[in-house]
Order: sequence, then C-alpha cells, then structure tokens
Amino acid sequence: MSSIKCECGHVNPEGTDICQNCGRPLSAEEKEKRLADMRYDGAAIRSMTHKRSIVDKVWNFFSSVKIGVSIIIAILVAAAIGTFLPQVFYVPAANEAQAAQYYEEHYGTFGKIYNALGLSDLYGSWWFMALVGLLGISLVVVSLDRGIPLYKSLKNQRTARHPSFMKRQRLFGEGKVADPDAVMAKAKEKLKEERYRIKEEDGAILAEKGRWSRWGPYVNHAGLIIFLLGVMLRALPGFYVDESMWIREGETLAVKGAPGLFIENKGFSYEVYSKDNAKEVFGEAIDRVGTVASKYQTDVALYKQPENALPGSTEKEYVKDYSIVVNKPLKYEGYSIFQMDFKLDELKSMTFALENKETEKPVGELTIDLANPEKEYDLGNGSKVRILDYYPDFSGFEDGEPQSATPIPNNPAFLFKMFTPEKPEGETSFVAIRQTLEPLGENEYRMAFQNADTRNVSGLTIRKDKTIPIISLGGLIFLLGVAQSSYFNHRRFWIRRTEDGKLLVAGHTNKNWVALKRELDKAAEYAGLPKYSDQRDPEEAIDANTEGDSKA
Amino acid sequence: MTLVSLSGYLLFIAFIAYLVGTLLFGGAVKGSKNEASASNKRWGKAGITVTIIGFIAHLGYFITRWMASGHAPVSNMFEFTTAFGMMLVGASILFYFLYKSSAIGLFALPIAVIILGYAAMFPKDIQPLIPALQSYWLTIHVITAAIGESILAISAVAGLIYLLKNVDLTKRSKGRTWLEVVMYTLILVVGFIVVSAGFGASGYEAKFTYVDKNDKPAEIVYHNPPLFGMNQYELQTEGAMEPLAEMPPIINAKTLTTFVWSIITGTIIYLLIRLITRKRVAALLQPLAKKANLQLMDEIGYRSVLIGFPVFSLGALVFAMIWAHEAWSRFWGWDPKEVWALITWLFYAAYLHLRLSRGWEGRKSAWLAVIGFAIIMFNLVAVNLVIAGLHSYA
Repeated sequence: MSSIKCECGHVNPEGTDICQNCGRPLSAEEKEKRLADMRYDGAAIRSMTHKRSIVDKVWNFFSSVKIGVSIIIAILVAAAIGTFLPQVFYVPAANEAQAAQYYEEHYGTFGKIYNALGLSDLYGSWWFMALVGLLGISLVVVSLDRGIPLYKSLKNQRTARHPSFMKRQRLFGEGKVADPDAVMAKAKEKLKEERYRIKEEDGAILAEKGRWSRWGPYVNHAGLIIFLLGVMLRALPGFYVDESMWIREGETLAVKGAPGLFIENKGFSYEVYSKDNAKEVFGEAIDRVGTVASKYQTDVALYKQPENALPGSTEKEYVKDYSIVVNKPLKYEGYSIFQMDFKLDELKSMTFALENKETEKPVGELTIDLANPEKEYDLGNGSKVRILDYYPDFSGFEDGEPQSATPIPNNPAFLFKMFTPEKPEGETSFVAIRQTLEPLGENEYRMAFQNADTRNVSGLTIRKDKTIPIISLGGLIFLLGVAQSSYFNHRRFWIRRTEDGKLLVAGHTNKNWVALKRELDKAAEYAGLPKYSDQRDPEEAIDANTEGDSKA
Repeated sequence: MTLVSLSGYLLFIAFIAYLVGTLLFGGAVKGSKNEASASNKRWGKAGITVTIIGFIAHLGYFITRWMASGHAPVSNMFEFTTAFGMMLVGASILFYFLYKSSAIGLFALPIAVIILGYAAMFPKDIQPLIPALQSYWLTIHVITAAIGESILAISAVAGLIYLLKNVDLTKRSKGRTWLEVVMYTLILVVGFIVVSAGFGASGYEAKFTYVDKNDKPAEIVYHNPPLFGMNQYELQTEGAMEPLAEMPPIINAKTLTTFVWSIITGTIIYLLIRLITRKRVAALLQPLAKKANLQLMDEIGYRSVLIGFPVFSLGALVFAMIWAHEAWSRFWGWDPKEVWALITWLFYAAYLHLRLSRGWEGRKSAWLAVIGFAIIMFNLVAVNLVIAGLHSYA
C-alpha cells in the first residue's frame, strides 16, 4: 500500500484528501478545489486505499453510495409495481391455477401478464428479496468503509491546522487585531459558554461540539441491519407461527400452531352502530352510509394441557376467559390470538319429521347435528332413519353422483333410508334444501323439513413471533441514530495566530450553517475576532436587501 | 351552538385567515429592491400574525371535533386531509420562526388552502369508528405520520420557490416544462374543487343500478353528469344524462367521471389563465419568488427533510408497524398504503444520500423535494381512492 507524505512530514495513506496532521490539501483534485472537501474529514476511506484483490473490488462495489442509492431506487420502483394490482395473498384463491384465473377474469390481459411475470407475488420473489439483501450488504460495507476512517480522523485531529486548510473552509476570516492573545482568550471564554470543548496548542484553538452526531448515520445503519437480521430469522423453524382457524360457537378446538393449547368459542357477537346506541353526532353518517360495524367479538375460554399430562390424554386445565376483539388479541405464552374473520348463522342442526306422504301424519322427528351427524336415528315403534350419505355443501350432481364442494354445512343434503313398519325393507330418498328426489321409485314416506338451528363461526389467527424483540431493537436503534444525526450538529471552529500577528478564524459544521454563523457571531462580537465571510458560491451570496437575512 | 357547528365555523375562519395571510405575505415579498425592507418586514409580521390566528382557529376545529366525536378527527379522507392542511400551516409557522422567510408562508399557505378545499369535497359528517380503527394507535400513528409528512412538504415548498427563481423561463428547457407541469397539476386540483363544489351546489344527482365485480347488484349515485357508466349500468333518475361509455367492473366509473371532469375543468382554467395573461403560470409566479434567497431556500429544503424524516419514520413506519401488529396480527403485510409509506421513506433516504455523498444540492435537491411531495400526495389521494387496500376508509 503506497502512501503520501505531506510537507509537514506526516505520512498519510493513499487516497487521503487532506493531511490528517496539518490539514494541507494532498490529492491533486483536492488542491484544485476552492473549498476543502470535509466529508470524512478528508480521510482516506477503505475503498480508496484497497483496490487490488477481488475482495477489494467487491467491497468497493458495495461501498459506493451510487450503488447504494441505485439499490434503494430499484427497491422503491419494484415496491411500487407491486401495488398496481392486489398481491396474491389478498386474492381469494386457494392455489396457483385459481389465482391465474382470478387475475385474468378481473384484470384482463394486463392481469394475466402481471400474474404470469410473477408480479402478483413480487414481495416474495427471489429477486426482490435479493435486492433487500444487497441493500443489507451495502449498509454493512458502507458503514465500515467510511465510519472507521472518519472515527480515527476525528479522534486524532490536531488543534493547529495549516493556514491553507483554514482558508479553504466555508467560513473563514483573517485580520490584524491589537492583542491576539487577549482576543483568543475571550473567544475561548465565550465558546466555552456556548458549550464547546476547547483544545489549545501554542497559538491555536480548536473549539468543537456535537462530534457524536457524526456517528448517527452508522448507528441508524446498524439498527437497519439488526432489523433485517430479525426478519431473516423468521425463516428458521420455531421463530414464527402464523396460522388461522375457524371455530364454531360451542366448539372447543386445539389451537393451531400452539401445541397444548385449547380454545373454546363461547359465542361470537357482531354489532353495528344504530341511532339508538351511537352518539347523536354520528346520526348523519349512519343515515348516509347505512350499516357501520361497531364490534366483532369472540368470547373464549382458554385451556391448556397440564404439564405432566400423558401423551394423547385429553385432560385440560382452565386458563382464563377472554373477549377477543379487533385491536385486542388474546395473549398467552408468546402466542397472540386475533379476531380476524367471522361467518354469521352457519347451519348447526336440521330437524326433519318422517311422515306419510298421503296422510301427512308424522311418525317421529329427528334432529341432525350437521357437524357430527349420527348414522341412524331410532324413532321408536319400529321406525328408524338411516343416513346413507351426507353432503354438507351440496353443489350438484356429477355423473349422477351428488357432490359436496366443501366440508362446511352451507347447503346440506342427505341420502336417507327410511324404515317404517309398512316398509321394513326401507325407502331411499335424497333430500336437499328445496329439493327431494326418490331415486329408487315412488315412496310412501318422506322426510319433511321442520326447522334449522344456526350458530356463528369465528375466524381466528394465531401468531407467535420470537423475532419481535430483535426487530423492535433494530427499529429503536435506527430511530435513535436518525435523531442523533438529524437533530444534533457537529460544529468546529479553528482560531490561529500567525507569525505576522494576524488572526485566522475558520468554522465548519456538517449542517445547519445558519446556527453555526449565529454562534460564531456571538463569539466574534464578544472577543473582537476578525470579520469572517461565507465562501460558498459567491454568486449566490446573501443579498442584504433580500428577505430572510438568516438572523433567526 | 353545538360543538359540531362550532368546529365547522372555526375551520371556515382558518380557511379565510389563510387566504388573507397569503395576500399579506405577498405584500412582504413584493416591491422593488430599493424599497425600505422595514415595510416588507411589517407585511411579513402581519402575514405571520394572521397565519397564526388561522392556525389557532384550525386547532380549535380539530379539538372541538375531537370532543364531539370522542376520537381524534383523522379517521377518514375529509378529516385526515384537513388535519394535514393544518399541520402544513403549523410547519410553515415553525420554519418562519427558524428562518424568518416570508416566501415559505407565501407559497405554503395557498397549498394549504388547496388541500383544505380538496378535503371539503369529501363527506364531512362525523363517522363512528369501525372495529379496526378502535385503538389509541389511530391517534398516535396518524397524527405523527401527518406531522412528518407536513414537515417534509415544507422542503417541496422551498424547492418550488428555488426552482421558480432558478429556472430560466425565457428559454426552452426540461426544467421549464416540468415546472409548468407542476403548476398545471396544482390547477387540476383546483379544477376538481370547482367541479365538485359546482355540481354539488346545483344538487345534481344521477342514480344507477349496476353489477359489481363480484357479480352482485349494487347502486351508486353520481353527483356530476356521468361520462362513464358502471358495469351493466341502468339509469334510475329521470332526465339525467346517459353515460357515454360503459366501464368494465374493476374500474369505478364514478371516480373516473369525477377525474375526467376535474381534468376538463382544470385544463379550461389553465388555458384561460394562459390566454388572458399570455404567460406561463410559472412565469406569473416567478416575481413572487424573485426575492427569495436561493441559498436559504436550499438550506430550508434540506433542514425540513432532516427534521421531517425521523418524525415520518417514527409515525408512518414504526408506529404503523406496532399498530398493525396489534390489529392485523402482523407488523408488515405489503398493503398498498404501507408500501407507499415505505416508498416515501426510501425516497427521502435516497435524497439524503445523494445530497450528503454526491453533492446533490441546489436545483437537483429542489426537484427531488418536489417529487417527494408528489409521492406523499399520491399516497394520500391515489392509494386511498384508486388502489384498493386495507386503508381505503374514505
């Protein structure tokens, strides 16, 4: 690795812009500039010193801010494209074929192409995740590449800087004063009052404050890296549970994804705002909109398997009662159970009467539990009804066979065999809602529908996310880092006495120059420092007559 | 007087105050350079005083409406947009006191007026909260996000002033064209307000039955003459206009109709301005920006991103994630509103990196700030009204 020796004798690594000892410009580029490039305090960042090996080349690629911003823009554009149409997980489709059909049916050719290109699952695609991964690598590399040299440079900075360094600062002033030492002493006093830390070296002062704000970018990058690591952890088994289940009123079921937990649905309620129960001010809106839901609530009891339970035992220990509503999940042992969905008035049971078709005289009644139908119902006096087949969600006939679309009793149908003293060999009847078929010839008896009971069904989601503490920590560190670099400033003043009795003053801040000038004004006025000027873009210099004279 | 009507009056007072404030700030930056700046300062002081009075009235609206409904008035399009307008004015007051620049007030207030006008076109009745919104996170998340967005918006205001002064409007250039596009877009919003208020005042109504995208019969009422009809529409109102074209079920023809009416009206207004004044709209506004100090505008633009970015991150991403974790069981679900908040965040992150590491200051920075505001507005307007998602409450 080559190095550059400065006039002052200090040896700087290759790629250094400003001598780390005295502040003279070193690189040809830097010498050309009217104002010093104070990024990283002119220190050589790693990507400028190591350029040989493949590792260096990869490192230099990721350390480039240009590349970093390009990755950010690529993610931004991709994310936007993903909002053109609903993503596949918001679409009612159980599989890829259904999804393809949905996109084509609803969004035409555009939808077909969108889905075919994989844009309907853009955020889960390998290339989107790869982009986020590249951003993560870039964050790590760029922080190390710049953070470490900057830290070293600021830690080892010298108090006395060469006049060429000071002249090339944005705020610079020089002039003769009567008693340089007295002026410097007073300036020191005032800057101390402004809470600057002062370092002195024969005839030179460095006043500095807020250096820690320079670490803000690296802190927030570290937070983002932790956040991304947390998200990656979710792919490991055991860190992340995401299940959903339907549970009917009155049922007790094992909680999906949470071994050993059981939940009983004690009742689901759905409420809407009405003029009677809502505040008067809502009246107009209720009239205009019609139905506005006010509450979805599932009352549950939670049970758990005792710790010493034998495998396969159904023993349950009561834990607690809870009312799950939206925004208030049931939380237990790291699991959260959310109110996510519901179905009102699902059929629970149906009651039929076995009766003689001619006389309409009932032989007896039977009630079928639709979730758990019995095989045979004995009506006494030699009459019984057998269920030959049950189609909970009857959807029509295929090749003469009745079909059930789902196992949910949305549209129950039965194939009954009715036994009566008159017909001991039995009569067969197919009964669906508003439809009766007698496939094996005319019957004497029929099953007459009497009534049905319904119940509500709650849709619950079960989550467990062990990565939340890591993700939260990452988010917190990010926020602290952003605040650190946004709301605090690194300010420095250099004051130096020259051999010919002149005073040089220079000031630098990483941002908010208005406030820096205000503080320098105070010190200059109090101590009688030479007048300074803002050397940036003289053609845009503040015109005294224009408004906004930045005296704020 | 009920709280609700009081809140309505206070909002109206704020609206008027912002209009007056704009004129006063206009006085502060007008006049030749040689004129005593003391007079300009007086105008500026009057401007900020009236602005603060308007802001207090606006805050009064916000508080009284909150008291009347029992929840923070940020739960639908009217309420959120009105609150955003309020925070934009608040942010411009903050920057007035940081930098004593009348130019910021002069340009921020008319934008706030347009935002309030836009908000007023949505149903203003106080709505009860649906279950998903019944959480104190509604207050925390939405208000913080809106404050962050309004501070970021100040950078666009500063950027716009920078561009109006900096772009040479006498020569043909990309900058000149795009600046005029920005002006035209603002006028389109005015067009929307004129159309909605106009047809609203005339009480126009056309009722249709149609078949929605789930093949279910539905009803819809248009408040302006229907240019486009919903899927398999049937007109129910006698004497109303028959739509010119029928739209497929996924397109909301009513929204499209309002959109097209707004473009027609906005374009007419724009052309009238061009015809009467024989100048570009940007050129009309340029004298108002001439006095602004470019370096100061650049500094304000950067500073507002610095102040606004952490607030936006906190409100629109972190608080949003915490709430989403409580309400929807996951802290991130790629809902369009979430995605666009992320896009906004990424965009301003890019802004900061380009500025800090690649020296994008001045004009480039100003353009980025204007684009950033466009993204924020897209998230407010298009994502709520056009792209369907969990956040479509309006």
